[in-house]
Amino acid sequence: MASFPILSWITLLPILGMVIILFIPKNQEKIIKGLTLLITSIQVILAIVILAGFNYAKGGVFDASSFQFIEKFRWIDIEGFSWIGRVKIDYYLGIDGLSVPLVLLTAIICFISTLSSFSINKSVKGYFAMFLLLDTGMMGVFVSLDFFLFYIFWELMLLPMYFLIGIWGGPRKEYAAIKFFLYTLLGSVFILLAVIGLYFSTTETLADGSKVFTFNMIAMMDPANYSADGILSPFNPDNLRFIAFLGLFIGFAIKIPMFPFHTWLPDAHVEAPTAISVILAGVLLKMGTYGILRVNYTMFPEITKQLIWYIALFGMINIIYGALTAMAQKDFKKLIAYSSISHMGFVLLGMASLNTLGISGAVLQMFNHGTITAMLFLIVGVIYDRAHTRDIDGFGGLAVQMPIYTGFTTLAFFAAIGLPGLSGFISEAFVFLGSFGFETIRVIAIISTLGILLGAGYMLWTLQRIYLGKLNEKWATLTDMDMREYAMLVPLSLIIIFLGIYPSAMLDLMNTSVNKMVQFLSESGKFLGSIK
Amino acid sequence: MDLITLSVIILFIPLLGFVLTLFTGMNFKWAFLIENVLIVLGFILSVVLLYNKLSGYLDTDIVSEFNWINLGIIPFFGEIIIKLGIKLDNVAVIMNFTVFLISMVVHLFSIDYMKGDKRYSRYFAYLGLFTFSMTGIVVTNNVLMMYIFWELVGLSSYLLIGFWFEKKSASDAGKKAFIVNRIGDLGMFAGILILFVTYKTFSFQEIFNAVAAGQLPFNSEFWLTITGLLLFCGAIGKSAQFPLHVWLPDAMEGPTPVSALIHAATMVAAGVYFIVRIFPILSGDALLIIAIIGAISAFIPATIALTQNDIKRVLAYSTVSQLGYMIMALGIGAYVFAFFHLITHAFFKACLFLGSGSVIHSMHHEQDIQKMGGLRKKMPITYATFLLATLALSGIPLTSGFLSKDGILAGTLAYTSLTGNWFFTFIGFTVAMLTAFYMFRLVILTFHGEPKNKEKYDHAHESPFFMIMPLVLLSGLSIFIWYTPNPFNADSGWVLSKWVKAPTLSVPESARYPFMVEEQKQESIVKQEEEVTFSHEYTHAMHSAHVPTIFLSGFVAGLGILFAFLFYQWKKLDPNKLAAKVKPLYNLSYNKWYFDEFYNSVFVGGTLAFSNFLRWIDNTIIDGIVNGSATLTRGVSKVSGKFDNGVVDGLVNFTAYFSGFIGLLFRKFQTGKVQTYIVLVIFSLLILLFLFKSF
Repeated sequence: MASFPILSWITLLPILGMVIILFIPKNQEKIIKGLTLLITSIQVILAIVILAGFNYAKGGVFDASSFQFIEKFRWIDIEGFSWIGRVKIDYYLGIDGLSVPLVLLTAIICFISTLSSFSINKSVKGYFAMFLLLDTGMMGVFVSLDFFLFYIFWELMLLPMYFLIGIWGGPRKEYAAIKFFLYTLLGSVFILLAVIGLYFSTTETLADGSKVFTFNMIAMMDPANYSADGILSPFNPDNLRFIAFLGLFIGFAIKIPMFPFHTWLPDAHVEAPTAISVILAGVLLKMGTYGILRVNYTMFPEITKQLIWYIALFGMINIIYGALTAMAQKDFKKLIAYSSISHMGFVLLGMASLNTLGISGAVLQMFNHGTITAMLFLIVGVIYDRAHTRDIDGFGGLAVQMPIYTGFTTLAFFAAIGLPGLSGFISEAFVFLGSFGFETIRVIAIISTLGILLGAGYMLWTLQRIYLGKLNEKWATLTDMDMREYAMLVPLSLIIIFLGIYPSAMLDLMNTSVNKMVQFLSESGKFLGSIK
Repeated sequence: MDLITLSVIILFIPLLGFVLTLFTGMNFKWAFLIENVLIVLGFILSVVLLYNKLSGYLDTDIVSEFNWINLGIIPFFGEIIIKLGIKLDNVAVIMNFTVFLISMVVHLFSIDYMKGDKRYSRYFAYLGLFTFSMTGIVVTNNVLMMYIFWELVGLSSYLLIGFWFEKKSASDAGKKAFIVNRIGDLGMFAGILILFVTYKTFSFQEIFNAVAAGQLPFNSEFWLTITGLLLFCGAIGKSAQFPLHVWLPDAMEGPTPVSALIHAATMVAAGVYFIVRIFPILSGDALLIIAIIGAISAFIPATIALTQNDIKRVLAYSTVSQLGYMIMALGIGAYVFAFFHLITHAFFKACLFLGSGSVIHSMHHEQDIQKMGGLRKKMPITYATFLLATLALSGIPLTSGFLSKDGILAGTLAYTSLTGNWFFTFIGFTVAMLTAFYMFRLVILTFHGEPKNKEKYDHAHESPFFMIMPLVLLSGLSIFIWYTPNPFNADSGWVLSKWVKAPTLSVPESARYPFMVEEQKQESIVKQEEEVTFSHEYTHAMHSAHVPTIFLSGFVAGLGILFAFLFYQWKKLDPNKLAAKVKPLYNLSYNKWYFDEFYNSVFVGGTLAFSNFLRWIDNTIIDGIVNGSATLTRGVSKVSGKFDNGVVDGLVNFTAYFSGFIGLLFRKFQTGKVQTYIVLVIFSLLILLFLFKSF
């Protein structure tokens, strides 16, 4: 098993699929759809295999030896030219407790959104080719341990997303696509600059004793690897670490999206086809919070600690601002988009607590938000496919006409509200336990609990306006859910209920890593903080 | 089988009923029977549990827990193991029995009441979910599980209150109940956060022990008080206390049996039950504020109930008022009587609600008591049971309500004699009078006199067996004999002398009420007396308050009833004239003190306006900046485009033109004619010769 490069397979399989699809004649739509489904289901199986083989006792985070399923070999090696020196880049994959939930999430969400994509009938070949490319990009970000590779995957997912929104989207698709693209690209530029800075500040010792610059993310976490005069070296009194931190943070924050960089999200969601919304909310947003956790926290622990109050503050703003703005929306999908902003605020708040409870809560919330919001967008899709409108006030009484669909909606809504017994509760509770336990941000935690109340407010109000009341006669012909929709919503519902009752399934997975992260933040943060 | 297993089975029976009924209900007409059979089974097991606990383990608490989430030892915190578990003490098994009894009769009552509803089996499924959630609250041993089931009760009430969701008022009421409850829950949640951060556990007993050992939140008694009050916020929401009482009257939009279940016996009881559970860590200051909130909640709704005309709303306000009583009783230390009243009230209030359901059913969903009257003859059993329950609620001797209410009133008197504070005594007796008045107003207008709506009256009939049987059962439980052999003194009964005892307080003595500080226990005091109380001093005060209370409470209740008869039966006094005389007061009462209007305009309206404002900000300003920067970039690019076209490209083109011009000039020489070239060559040679001549 150790020799089987499972992470490469799970990451690159979609690209393989894309290449095959390019050779299939474009009128063979069924084969194309079937192949995509096959590939994403293999991905789910691979994710389960990874889960089964995952060693809960190994932490990872900053310790290269305790990452799992490692694949590492020389990828690019150019003998030195001028001042740049020898360029050596590794193909370096590996996962720990922080990334494994997200690998699982990506596999599940891609599978489900493939099912959702079956309703696409405009240039199917192009769509699924792009879709699979996107899949690889997302998966790659979560398994890369080399920053160069990380960045390639990060950018790789941008391009297909642009086309998926811009070609298969709604009426204002061009605007939404370009907005998404430029906004994210702006973030990428910040990240790229920081990556280059980190590259020229970190060295790695090779077997022959020579030192070379490195993109190895784990090496970047160890202060010992920084050269004394590197631009981002903590030992350099004139270092630019603070600016680099901000650059990376903003780059990732745009993806989350964090207030005030969030306005691309509602537009992108409203215009994107359902399946793409599901991916966007289910997986893509997590790349932002994952990036902050994986990069900012470990490479700049002292600045993280210094700015932690502000990170919590922005988490709080996301929670409350997102909830209040959601309340005022008239478009069902836009409302869910804003609720998504609100829920991502919990992730930020949890991360800001710098303790095990909070960070566990944050990672768990990433997973739970992925499944719950995916379900919410699918629910919007179900009704949009039938009614071709998303105007909240234009519905009413659907519970009479579509009782099963309403049942699933109620489940998803209450999961989003954080009802105990469903998965969202555990992560929110952990986020609050953690953030309240951290004195610096205690007041912020207390104010953020308002989000729970506001969430109940807009969710129940929406439930009432769309599903309750007298049936609007206009919709008396709508049919209840079909088999394909069951296949999408039932698995997600089961995950939501299962994790609500038995959260340990996920918490145990990440516990060692989270503890390690907390320990590392404290020690390394203290050490780096003392240098100045 | 040990009692814990039994209790777990009892807990999950209704959940099983919910799941089975929900999934079979769509295709299977008899699905509702599953739920009904299961609930009867659950009730029987509850009786077994009650009997075994009280006979075998009278003075021991049975606790069992398991690790739900085990994070092990985590950095900077120590070990985190989140446990869920069950604690069976006498209070829990009695409450468990009460919940299942009420739930069972409500189930049975609903079989006929809800007949013909298009979501018949789903209704029973929801009842199962509700029973499950409530049972969880009752048997839990920790505050986290309390919160979990607390929220599930919120969900069930949302589903049941809004059961007839086609009516906007019903779906509004469900939403309101859930959200108003959530406001209280926020406080409760904050309290739980403080508890967890301080004690690193959720277990009631471990928290009590830690407090008793002197470990306080943030090391101060003040924060202990705050924690207690934050937890109490949850009870304010669930038990519909002032200022969050507004959801309960609206919740009458749900089917009437649901009102009996949720709003008399169980859901609203959860708040009181929660305070009973956390009583040992409530400091004196916290108790005082709790008592004040309880007193206000007892008084305001009682005044509102005086003028309401909807049969269920009167009962709803009476519920809020009675819950206020219990909360007030807890606040002044009458712990056992508060719990006792919780139980007795559950029975007679359920009886009243189901009785009103019986009336509404036979009057074809007429709820206005102004249009009823004379039903006594048509529905004799409903009338008799309703009257008996009314007597209990009014606190007339020989009823269970008399025993518990008297205890609370004696508690207020004792409190007065110990602290010199007359406020609670005054409120207690005033509310007792108001209660007797509005309840008899209700009885008289509904059952006595002449029918006001002849047509509906003619169609009215006594309800079928499954609706009558619960009424008889519940009104039977409103008689004193079940609780004590002495109809005038509850202390000598088994409930209070053996089963329910005041808990040992954990609060530091300096933070307690002075009279709750235990002195040296005196051997001479009879054991029985010690058990209802906290200190010798308090026992003494309770004793001397007992006899005056009987007379005084009998007097005020009689006065209330007398006035009800004067106004509505014998018509010696005209209520309309009185109303006209005190118009502002009447309007205040009739319009429910304008709470809804105030909340709607300030909080709901405010939030909505603010959220619209934020949407505007989001679209105009924040997105404006984004789009603005895009527009700006495009503007700049246009300028640079112009510059590029005009200046840069102009220069390029100019260079080209210039070269072209030069080219044109020189083209003139390129004629292609040999003669011209020869001339030019010769001229050139001449010039060159001329130039080089000088060298």
